[in-house]
Amino acid sequence: MRINLPVVVAAAFLLAACTSASDEGDGSSSDGAATTTPSSSGTNVATASTGSGAKPGSQLDLEINVGDRVLFGFDQSTLTQDARTTVERWGAWLEVYPANRLVIEGHADERGTREYNLALGERRANAAREYLVSLGVDPNRIKTVSFGKERPAIPGSNENAYAQNRRSVAVLDAATN
Amino acid sequence: MLSYTKKLRRRTTVLLTLVAALMLPTIAHAQIDVGVDRFTVEPLSIAVPDFIPGSAQAQKLAVDIATVVAEDLERSGLFAPLDKRAFLSRPVGLAVRPNFVNWKPLNAQALVVGEAKLSAEGQLSADFRLWDVFAEQPMTGLSLTTSPSNWRRVAHLIADAIYERITGERGYFDTRIVYISETGPAEKRIKRLSIMDQDGSNHRFLSDGDTLVLTPRFSPTQQEITYLAYFNNQPRVYLFNIDTGEQEVLGDFPGMTFAPRFSPDGNQVVMSLAENGNSDVNVMDLRTRQVRRLTTHPSIDTSPSFSPDGRQIVFESDRGGSQQLYVMNADGSNQHRISFKSGGRYGTPVWSPRGDLIAFTKIQSGLFHIGVMRPDGSGERLLAKGFLVESPTWAPNGRVLMFFKQNKSDAKGRGGNSRLYSIDLTGQNEREIITPVEASDPAWSPASSR
Repeated sequence: MRINLPVVVAAAFLLAACTSASDEGDGSSSDGAATTTPSSSGTNVATASTGSGAKPGSQLDLEINVGDRVLFGFDQSTLTQDARTTVERWGAWLEVYPANRLVIEGHADERGTREYNLALGERRANAAREYLVSLGVDPNRIKTVSFGKERPAIPGSNENAYAQNRRSVAVLDAATN
Repeated sequence: MLSYTKKLRRRTTVLLTLVAALMLPTIAHAQIDVGVDRFTVEPLSIAVPDFIPGSAQAQKLAVDIATVVAEDLERSGLFAPLDKRAFLSRPVGLAVRPNFVNWKPLNAQALVVGEAKLSAEGQLSADFRLWDVFAEQPMTGLSLTTSPSNWRRVAHLIADAIYERITGERGYFDTRIVYISETGPAEKRIKRLSIMDQDGSNHRFLSDGDTLVLTPRFSPTQQEITYLAYFNNQPRVYLFNIDTGEQEVLGDFPGMTFAPRFSPDGNQVVMSLAENGNSDVNVMDLRTRQVRRLTTHPSIDTSPSFSPDGRQIVFESDRGGSQQLYVMNADGSNQHRISFKSGGRYGTPVWSPRGDLIAFTKIQSGLFHIGVMRPDGSGERLLAKGFLVESPTWAPNGRVLMFFKQNKSDAKGRGGNSRLYSIDLTGQNEREIITPVEASDPAWSPASSR
């Protein structure tokens, strides 16, 4: 069982070790009430789905029981070890739900210029996509879109917000099913 | 002899015709000279009395035109229009020599005498003379006839003529700004393509806010904009016709296209194309729709901007490890870095319409700056700074920059307001451009008259 760290602790941790701060458990806690339940460990996503109230194979299932996002260091687009673990869970989840497709959204914090951040978001989305493909997921099941700094997960001009906004988010493709 | 034979670039919605060219004696020894480079001199004091109305119906126009002329000149920072309440007399007619004795005590160096008339057909005619008060000589003049609804353009053209005569630089008052209006919280910001005159008047929303839109840029030759829109959640570069509202996607690419800008002749759009996470600069010929890739580096290559002669392109790249400025030939050859100052990241380069400078956004020590450098990277000067300033755009005369400034937001998202500002190339005269809602990504139109 993971513990949902208070944001202030997360921020301190990030300042101390920027590139290793990409903890999916912290990241998934940023997106409103639906994600306040920490995800369970392991890749047994099918059983993890039970009891969460989320319909198996749904976006909510992905958010609550798998973890829908990975975080990046400042100006970075390399997946951290934690990020790779999360993406591996996406791969396992896609295996359980073979009709599901993903759009991976790449995002940046507000401390960059708009066009550069669009390119950076594209890199981040693609980093997750490439890793999924390397795990054997059909590339046709994964699209990417960059939002640059246009859609922060949480507001605020502070390091905690920036850390949570530098992210790639897996979104169930509307074209699924 | 001075003769004004301005050809106005045709706008579908605005037709303005010049009916009279004024013939005025050449000034052999004009005492008035405001050098734009010597900005530290006092702004030139100028008297702009209400225009003389040709009839009771023209009374309001006569006042309004003079007001807009004075406001344009004042905002440039190079002129100090005098308070009308201090005037000792009013001009009585264009054909009457002003009584300079009444203007010298006010230290008015220049005096604008104008007339506004409405014809029987309902056309507005505006005439003016600019006088050098101390030399007691006429400096320039202009006569314009148009529909009364174009009275603001009439005022801007008069202000342009005054600015040009006194500074020796082209005026930029009869221009427009296309930009992005912003409302709502940061997480679901609503952005709308918007257009207005350079002074904020005649504001119009060009999109409804349902689709995320970014980075509009004016065509140098057409009433067209190229910009980025997220229709169907697919970020692509579009062409938008300002007059008709029609638009089309540029090209059929599997990945994101972004950061578009027109070439100086308006026949090409240079932009970035993302493929497998990598962004490269490409150029599309708008007539043939053929695309040519200009950069091939596995780095972020974006924000391209042509030199005004169309022979070179400045862009940003992180190929050296951090975001820096590079210049290449228009065919992609001879790519070389031009920003070398240590400790800074550089983005959004925009080549000046005069060709002599490149404006950019610089991120250094936690602050954002708007600056300029020469195309070889020398002579860097930072003009404005803030928590976040970004996206410089040049007035068509290459003397004024506009950009946007966003302030910090707190953890609840309060603050974070984004506004447009203009600043003189000297770094003086920073002014907010008032917009109906928050604003970003300004782009200046080309000069409307050539």
